[in-house]
Amino acid sequence: MNKSIQYFISAFAIAGIVSGCDKPSREAAKSAPVALTNNADNGQSRSADGSTPVSGEGDSKKSTPPKFVPPAESEIPKNEYGETVLMGRNIFVNTQQYARNYVGNGLNCANCHLDNGRKADSAPLWAAYVLYPAYRKKTGQVDTIQSRIQGCFRYSMNGKPPASDSKEMTALVTYHHWLAKGAPTGIKLPGQGFVELPKPDQKPDMARGKEVYKNNCVLCHGANGEGTKANGKYAFPPLWGKDSFNWGAGMHRINTVAGFVKANMPYGRGGSLSDQEAWDVALFINSHERPKDPRFKVSIAQTRDQYHDENCLYGRTPEELEVLLEKKSKAQAEDKVSDGQARLAPGQLEGYSPATAH
Amino acid sequence: MKNPPQAMDNQSDVMQKSIQKMHEKNGAVATQIRTIFCPITTLIPQRFWKRILLSIGQYTLATLMAMAASIAVAEPPPSIVTKGSGAAVACASCHGIDGAGHAKDGHPALAQLPQTYMTKQIADFKSGTRSNPLMTPIAKALSAEDAESAARYYARLKRPEIKATTMDPAVIARGKNIAINGAWDRNVPACFKCHAEGGLGIAPVFPRIAGQHAAYLVSQLQAWKTGARTNDPLKLMKTVADKLSDDEITAVSAYLATLGTQEKKK
Repeated sequence: MNKSIQYFISAFAIAGIVSGCDKPSREAAKSAPVALTNNADNGQSRSADGSTPVSGEGDSKKSTPPKFVPPAESEIPKNEYGETVLMGRNIFVNTQQYARNYVGNGLNCANCHLDNGRKADSAPLWAAYVLYPAYRKKTGQVDTIQSRIQGCFRYSMNGKPPASDSKEMTALVTYHHWLAKGAPTGIKLPGQGFVELPKPDQKPDMARGKEVYKNNCVLCHGANGEGTKANGKYAFPPLWGKDSFNWGAGMHRINTVAGFVKANMPYGRGGSLSDQEAWDVALFINSHERPKDPRFKVSIAQTRDQYHDENCLYGRTPEELEVLLEKKSKAQAEDKVSDGQARLAPGQLEGYSPATAH
Repeated sequence: MKNPPQAMDNQSDVMQKSIQKMHEKNGAVATQIRTIFCPITTLIPQRFWKRILLSIGQYTLATLMAMAASIAVAEPPPSIVTKGSGAAVACASCHGIDGAGHAKDGHPALAQLPQTYMTKQIADFKSGTRSNPLMTPIAKALSAEDAESAARYYARLKRPEIKATTMDPAVIARGKNIAINGAWDRNVPACFKCHAEGGLGIAPVFPRIAGQHAAYLVSQLQAWKTGARTNDPLKLMKTVADKLSDDEITAVSAYLATLGTQEKKK
């Protein structure tokens, strides 16, 4: 009896030692709860992992951290807190109805934050919540989750932001909080934000993008990006035009759409398009008109120079964009610093939003 | 005699006078009420009110009768539906004049399906991207005009009440969860994200799935899974069906069959 107990103990000890061996040595990892490994290498190009099957994307990390799984809607508690969670969930899924005073277009949050804010690689809420407050280059300040959500209304919803202490904001923040239950604070979890696709083999092309769009997107999003309506509201969202997100939204950037499309589109068939197709269709989609950037000042050129030094077609042609991206990649190669981040020493990125510009 | 004729005449005179007084009083009261609630109406002299109210009444009655007529007599079914044409057996013999289909035999309810969706299915039966031992020869024998007129007829019918064959609450609850929330652990979107809230469909591409026979839904999901049916745009249904287990297919079909008929008010 004695011997078998000893064997058990040694087996556990060996297992413990072996599993401890290949954890990356980062100081931040010490505060993470047992189930999750810190995988937050800010700015590093990240392949799609977790639930989304993406072909051809290898996992370059040594360890595969367990996926964070948010609670199911059936688990919303039956109390006052749960009622607020539910209100937040309703606003998130049917923003048109439940936050009608704040929306200025035809979208709902869940149009891009798929599975009602749960799905990895489509900017899930549980991953965003634990990264705020964070410094964001876009606003030039440390944003709270409230001010972050206000930005969503201002740009993605082309509307006006609810006050930080409004019942709508409280409900949305509570929904975030509940989805993030158990997630470690300050850690960039696998599946956070959008996939960062590597640079395509061929530079993105409008004609190819139009073809990809015609063969894969028109069915739901319409030949003119107008979306599809059912019972007077959008079943599939408009991608451009007056009812879509405005020029200030993160989704107007070509690299963002490329990553989003690659991991999530067509709906339910994420990973079915090649990287090249994702880049091409992203260029095509974001070459169209949409509502103006609310930060517009004096002229498009001035607004572009101040706010749109990024991979987008605001106030520039595809050819001009190529020139800009060339310049940036040269600067990157020289400085060995990721795109969009300030030129900081490694370790100085802590507390910075992993979204490079937004 | 208590009431001699003269007394009655007198009385009726008095009656007339008092009735007249009553009318005047009512008229005054009515005018007072109208002045409070809708001053503009006091501009219309009293003698026109009768005519106005009568006309409104007549128009309303006429409209109601027309509406009733239109509901009672929908477009009459074309002969392809009632009689068929050669090898193209009458649609109604399996799908019913009311488009209700048949639960056990697996004949789908056609009522209220999008017209373009239905003509596409006939074309797909012809080309083989969809196949069924009964429908394939029928579709091949159907002329384009007949397919169009049958589809047009069925599209305009309201979906009749169909009988749900499974009432097991656990199975239905499981199916409901898939229909409303999907199974995102396997990248399966909720049915209702593409087939619309309540499964009412988004014409012309995404057909109504609410109130469809469970056996038929099971057979189609299995057909996508096995590759017997390949006419789904962008392989959307193939992708979904591949990821659902047989139990899940049964559950979601059972749930959709319980969704009854007319659009539920929210």
